[in-house]
Amino acid sequence: MGPSHRRPAVAKLRGLTGWLFVAPALAFYAVFVLRPITLTFQYSLYDWDGIGPSTWVGPANYGKVFTDPDLFESLVNAVKLIVFFSAIPVVLGLAIAATIRRIAASRLALIARTVLFLPQVIPLVAAGIAWSWLLASTGVINQLLSLVGLGGVTRAWLGDFATALPAVGLIGAWVLLGLCTLLLLAGMSKIDPALYEAARLDGAGAWREFVSITVPSLRQEIAVCVTVTVIAALASFDIIYISTQGGPGNTTMVPGLQIFYLAFSEREVGMASALAVVLMVLVIACALPIQWFAKDGNK
Amino acid sequence: MITASREAWTGRLLLILMMAVTLLPFLSLFVTALHPSGSYPAGLAWPDEPQWGNFPRAFEAAKMGELLKSSALIVLGVVPISILLGTMAGFAIGHLRVIGGRVIFLLFVLGLTLPFEGIITPLYYQIRDMGLLNTRWAIILPLIGLFMPFSVFWMRAHFVNMPGELSESARMDGANVWQLFRRIHVPLAMPAISSLGILLFLWTWNQFLLAIVLVDDPTKRTMSGALGAFQGQWGTDIPLLCAGSLLILTPTLVIFLIFQRHFVKALLQGSLKG
Repeated sequence: MGPSHRRPAVAKLRGLTGWLFVAPALAFYAVFVLRPITLTFQYSLYDWDGIGPSTWVGPANYGKVFTDPDLFESLVNAVKLIVFFSAIPVVLGLAIAATIRRIAASRLALIARTVLFLPQVIPLVAAGIAWSWLLASTGVINQLLSLVGLGGVTRAWLGDFATALPAVGLIGAWVLLGLCTLLLLAGMSKIDPALYEAARLDGAGAWREFVSITVPSLRQEIAVCVTVTVIAALASFDIIYISTQGGPGNTTMVPGLQIFYLAFSEREVGMASALAVVLMVLVIACALPIQWFAKDGNK
Repeated sequence: MITASREAWTGRLLLILMMAVTLLPFLSLFVTALHPSGSYPAGLAWPDEPQWGNFPRAFEAAKMGELLKSSALIVLGVVPISILLGTMAGFAIGHLRVIGGRVIFLLFVLGLTLPFEGIITPLYYQIRDMGLLNTRWAIILPLIGLFMPFSVFWMRAHFVNMPGELSESARMDGANVWQLFRRIHVPLAMPAISSLGILLFLWTWNQFLLAIVLVDDPTKRTMSGALGAFQGQWGTDIPLLCAGSLLILTPTLVIFLIFQRHFVKALLQGSLKG
C-alpha cells in the first residue's frame, strides 16, 4: 500500500454514489447478522419459552451460565478442546512442515498437498460419521491397537466417560492438521535460505535453526493457524452433534450444542441467548489478542 | 551430505504417514460400505462378497438426485449474490474510499469471527416471522448476510491495491461509476473473485447448523444437513450409512480434484486473510 493508493480514487464518488455500492451488502448484514446479534443480547435478559410471554430477569441468565454445572462445563469443554483442535495441529504441523521443507517441491509433496487438503473440503458431518465408525468398539483404531499388542486399552472411545472428549478432539485435530501444515509450509518457502546457510556456518543444529529462524519468521502464519483453530474449537458443533451429541453424560457438551438444545428442545431461549453472548465474547476475546500479537511482529 | 539425504528420507516417511492417517477414514468408509447391509463389520476387512449394490441403494435411500438439486439451488442463490454485493462494497470501501468507509469496514470485520451459534436462536424466530421456515430461502438469505464480512474483507483487500489513476482516466473518458466498476474493475478483480467463489461454494455446500435448525425437510437442505438426517434415519445400518456418506461427500471431492490448484490457493489465502 504505497502512499499514492491512500488517496481517494475519484473524489466525487466518495459520497452518495459510493454509498449506493455499500448499501446492499450492509442491508443483508444488518438484517441477518446485526439484528440477530442485538436480539441475542435482548433475549438473554429475559426468561422466555419461545411461545408465551417473557419476563425480565436482568443478568440472572448470565449468573446461571457460570454457576449451573452443566452450562459451565460446556464452556470448560470448549476450552479443553483448544488443546486438541489448536495445539496439536499447530505444534505437529510445525514439526512436520519443518521436516518436509526440503522436499517441498518434490512430486510426493505435490500429491500430499492434495491429500492433506481433503479434510478441509468434505463436510464436517461426513468426517464425524467416518470417525465415529473408526473409534467404535469394533472399529479400525481398536483393531490397530490389538495388532500392536495394546488389546487391553481397546474400548468404545466415544462412549467412554474418560476418553470421549479427547476422542472428539482427535477428530478436530485430523480435520485441521493438514490445513495448518500447508499454511506453515507455504510460509516457510518465503524464508530467505541465506538465513539458514548463515546459521549452519555458525554451527547451529537443526533444533537451534528451528527455534531461532523458522518459528520467528512464521509469526504471522502461526497466528493465523492459532486463530482459525481456536475459533473452530470454541464454536465446534457439527462434529460433536454427529459423533456424541454431547455425551456420554455431559462429557463432550460444548456451548454451540448446548445453545441448540436449550433453544430448540428445552425451550429456554433466555438461557440459550446468554450462553450465546458468552460464546461470542469468548471468541472475540481469544481472536483479538492473537491478531495484535501477529501485527506487532510485523512492525 | 549424508545428513541431508537422511532428512529427506525422514521427510518422505513422515509425509506418507500423514497421508495414510488422512486417508484412513475414507478407506474405512469405503470398505465398510461394501459389507452386507445391516451387518457390523469388524475393523478394516475386505468382505467376502463386495456388495456394490449398497451404493445404488444408498443413492435411492438418501434421495441423492433431489439432494444434489437442492444443494445446487442453494449454492446458486448464495454465491452469485454474495460475490456481487461483496465486490461492490469492497470496491466502494477499498477503492472509492467512501466517507465513513472505515467505520463500516470495522463493523464488517467484527462479524468475521462470529460463531453462527451466537445468532441462531433469534434467526430462527426472524425467519419464522418472515414465513420462510422450511424453504430454501431460510438458508440462502441468512448465509448471504453471514458471508458478507468475509466477502467484503476479501474484496476490499484486492481493491485497496488498485491504483487510483486507473479510475481517474476512465472517468475522464466519460465512464459513469457503474461502467467503471463493471468494465474496468470487475475484470481486473477476477482472480480474487474466483477464489472467493470457491470458498463460498464450499462453505455453503457444507453448511450444517442453519440447515438443521431452519429446514425440517432434508430434501430442501444442503448436502451436509441432509447427511445429518440420513444418519438419524439409517444410523443402525452401518454399511448403508457409510455408502451414503461416501456418496454425499463425492460432489465436493470431485469438484475439488478438478479445481484443486485453485482450491488450495483459495483456502490458503482465505485463512491468511481471514
